[in-house]
Amino acid sequence: MSTSALPTADVALAPSGRRADHTGSVAMRTVRYALLTFFLLVVLLPAYVLFVTSFKGLGDATPSRAWSLPQSWETAGWDRAWEVLSPALLRTFSMVIPASIISAMLGSMNGFVLSKWRFPGADVVFTMLLFGMFIPYQAVMIPLVQLMQDLGVPSGVPSLIVLHVVYGIPITTLIFRNYYASIPTDLVEAARVDGAGMLRTYSSIVLPISAPAFVVVLIWQFTSAWNDYLFALFFSNSRNGPVTISLNFLASGQLQDYSASMAGALIASLPTLLVYIILGRWFVGGLMAGSVKG
Amino acid sequence: MNRGWRAWGPPVLLILPSLILIGVFVYGLIGVNFNTSLTDQHHRIGGDVAYVGFDNYKTLFQDDTFIYSLKNLLKYTGAFLAGTLVLGFVWAWLLEKGVKGEGFFRAVYLFPMAVSFIASGVVWRWLLNNAEGDRAGGLNRLFEQSGLGFLQNQWWTDPNWGVVAIAMPAVWQLSGYVMALFLAGFRGIPDELREAARVDGATEWQLYRHVIFPQLSPVALSAIVIVGHMSLKVFDLIMAIAGQTNYTTQVPAIQMWVEFTRGDYARSAAIGTILLVIVAFLIIPYLVYTYRQERLTR
Amino acid sequence: MNRTRRALSAMVAAGALVVLAACGGSDDGDKKDTSSDGGTVSGEVEVFTWWAEGSEKAGLDALVAEFNKQYPDVKFVNGAVAGGAGSDAKNVLASRLQTNDPPGTFQAHAGAEVTDYINNGQIEDLTQMYADNGWNDYFPQTLLDRLTMDGKIYSVPSNIHRANVVWANPAVLEDAGVDPKATYASLDDWISDLQKIKAAGKIPLSIATDWTQVHLFETVLLADLGADGYTGLWDGTTDWAGSEVTAALEDYKTLLDLTNEDRQSLDWPDATQLVIDGDAAFNVMGDWAVAAFEEQGKKLDTDYLAYPVPGTDGVFDFLADSFTMPVGAPDPAATEAWLSTVASPEGQTAFNMKKGSIPANTEADTSGFGPYQQTAIESYANDEIVSSLAHGAAAPISWLTDITSAVAKFGSTGDLGGFQDDLAAAAEKNAG
Repeated sequence: MSTSALPTADVALAPSGRRADHTGSVAMRTVRYALLTFFLLVVLLPAYVLFVTSFKGLGDATPSRAWSLPQSWETAGWDRAWEVLSPALLRTFSMVIPASIISAMLGSMNGFVLSKWRFPGADVVFTMLLFGMFIPYQAVMIPLVQLMQDLGVPSGVPSLIVLHVVYGIPITTLIFRNYYASIPTDLVEAARVDGAGMLRTYSSIVLPISAPAFVVVLIWQFTSAWNDYLFALFFSNSRNGPVTISLNFLASGQLQDYSASMAGALIASLPTLLVYIILGRWFVGGLMAGSVKG
Repeated sequence: MNRGWRAWGPPVLLILPSLILIGVFVYGLIGVNFNTSLTDQHHRIGGDVAYVGFDNYKTLFQDDTFIYSLKNLLKYTGAFLAGTLVLGFVWAWLLEKGVKGEGFFRAVYLFPMAVSFIASGVVWRWLLNNAEGDRAGGLNRLFEQSGLGFLQNQWWTDPNWGVVAIAMPAVWQLSGYVMALFLAGFRGIPDELREAARVDGATEWQLYRHVIFPQLSPVALSAIVIVGHMSLKVFDLIMAIAGQTNYTTQVPAIQMWVEFTRGDYARSAAIGTILLVIVAFLIIPYLVYTYRQERLTR
Repeated sequence: MNRTRRALSAMVAAGALVVLAACGGSDDGDKKDTSSDGGTVSGEVEVFTWWAEGSEKAGLDALVAEFNKQYPDVKFVNGAVAGGAGSDAKNVLASRLQTNDPPGTFQAHAGAEVTDYINNGQIEDLTQMYADNGWNDYFPQTLLDRLTMDGKIYSVPSNIHRANVVWANPAVLEDAGVDPKATYASLDDWISDLQKIKAAGKIPLSIATDWTQVHLFETVLLADLGADGYTGLWDGTTDWAGSEVTAALEDYKTLLDLTNEDRQSLDWPDATQLVIDGDAAFNVMGDWAVAAFEEQGKKLDTDYLAYPVPGTDGVFDFLADSFTMPVGAPDPAATEAWLSTVASPEGQTAFNMKKGSIPANTEADTSGFGPYQQTAIESYANDEIVSSLAHGAAAPISWLTDITSAVAKFGSTGDLGGFQDDLAAAAEKNAG
């Protein structure tokens, strides 16, 4: 199971065809589908609320109509949410894209070194790196604020890029390392025997076949940086920060504007949801690689 | 492997930038933070700072609000782990035998994971509104309308179990992930093992007990570690749903933030360190275990 | 953001740069020079407030209109952050000041709250600006006393609010058999009527999330301890562990039991709305709530009642918003321009008319103000003044944080003894 270091959903989760017929009695099957559908509805319930409430007018929010469809479908909530969130969306993209690319590059180099061009103590180094993935960032936050200030990194997008790159190293290294571990060592050894140096081997043999791992890492980093709130709270504000900050301010206003908040939640989630819908196969694959083995 | 510096110099150089960054930003800062937690820096900048030993920790452990927040963290983690493991397992179990539209079910179960805690907090705050009766909204209203009025409750404002209500959205978001793990686990079990057990006349229960569960246990371990460490760091959801002043949902990460904003750096640092120690109890054995496994397979 | 903002400000100011340069060193924090001379100041000022919604936003908009009239070349940048009566905003501000990214000016409650910024070296001394512009004559001495720290003054007040006001819906009172014209000399009288309303099936007293509970709590302390006893809580002459405080806590407990159960999910506008909608009889809230009634066309004394919280008649529980000059403000000249408009009679009239507060500047024209505001102006001139806790006038932020946490805890556990212990511990920790 853990040997396929980079399973897409199809590979990792493919039902082994031989078992598809093993379905039990009709009653069993009915119960199974009933349960699956029940859970489906439960999972979709919040999505229904988000969607429906976002189109409600201001007077349509009385408790008695909480679960009803809107009396008239209005987009005013979306307008208000867009007004608040659109500048933040742009900033979030300008933060997340460089952060994902840089940390993917670092992860790829580290993963290569730790799996295919090893040095004494590589396993210890790897374990030490991994620890960074699990620490509660609260345990470094106070000196981190000071350090970033001393380094002169401006708050907002620049700070967040640095932080997502640095604290992304462990997970990206892990995913790349597991992926590279699955490519035959012969390839690398052959290059080595031919006298190719480390960088040559990396750039001509390993990098060209790394695309699948890059996709996984980029998706992973994109989603986690996009959804981050903790760093954003400490290192940015609603005027220079990402969309999670703006969304929380929109939603925690004193006059609770449910239609705008819900529309805002949908807007803020759209990029990651799109990534998930379009690239879902690799997304799931990335999850597997990041955890089954880790 | 050891062919001297010429052989392993280049790879060390290549990984060095990352090592330095992690060395400084993780290990270095943990050290500085711990150091701050031993001082009386109950203000932001400047001024005299003196070492006070473990006084800040003592004060924290004498503060019943902090103890309460630790208990909350425990309850939350218990609920979060139990919820995701049970739901994740059930979903994977329902799906693993192959059903029509599996991809669709899988995608729907998994989609909440792509959403930030802040965005899901928006809708869950609405769902977990604690008004009852005429003014009920959210889930309480749904219960009332569907004749399940007795299910109405105080959600996250209940002093004993309020924090468990916060675990609901967390379970909603992460169960699909655990399902994916278990599904991969199920499908990693060779068919031959099952067949062999059946040939031996094992009942369905015995099959699970002796073949499937043991095969799934590494997956369950991964799930516990991943979900567990996320759970111990819970912050975003509480900020989005209950806010930082609400008592019933106090956890260490929230208190760390409150102490930070009022400038009590020493206390804030101490809470951060305590959180690290708690997480370490979960993570270090796991890392050691993985490390040993790596050595074995290599 | 800094880069974008600076790029923007550079563009805006491009034409006027020469003028600025001629004025000399506007960047290195020169005091005074051009503050009253609107024509030559340019640049931009980011004004950080928590006035993002409702009457607060309307007031800010009116103030900005006046600012644009007085300083047409200075660009106003709205740095408003919504939520939690400023609690979110204060967090954002704390982190921005911490990371040396201060706005052009920020809102701070006059009084003890400002002392935190002073002690942290985060705001500039404005004493000279007051002297140069004759502002010491603008503001009443009682207010200036509360703004002054060690003989220096650090902020410019924009408005004055009263915290100890109870709002009532007369229709609900009548339905429950309570005389709407009744006046209550003490909390006890009031509580017996609240119980009648409870019996009639309405919410007796509406309340919202933690900070509004602190707000109610402070008015209860004020009612039971009196103005001197209440003020003594902050200077150490009243004992937090004493029996008088115990009695006040018991009253608070009784009142809290008469409030709506879903309080944690609400913020103040929701609680006030319960009174407006006739779901609740009373609400204790600062007088910014008047705007909520007026916006919905409600008339004082017919549709709603407003009077001092029972037991606090003759006392004005005061809070004031004020603006500061942060250390390291990006454009001090533009900040001074903003402060001048805030202080000016015209600015004060425009702002307070909309916000529902009363001008801090006694020269401001108040003839167009609404009936409630007229009563507040009169009370402020005649009543005994005390400083509000929930709004940062009475105690520093750190102390308020501890009290808020104790109030929130009590709201959940109902443990009176523990509540008083927590309050006494907070006083000991913060006062010394």
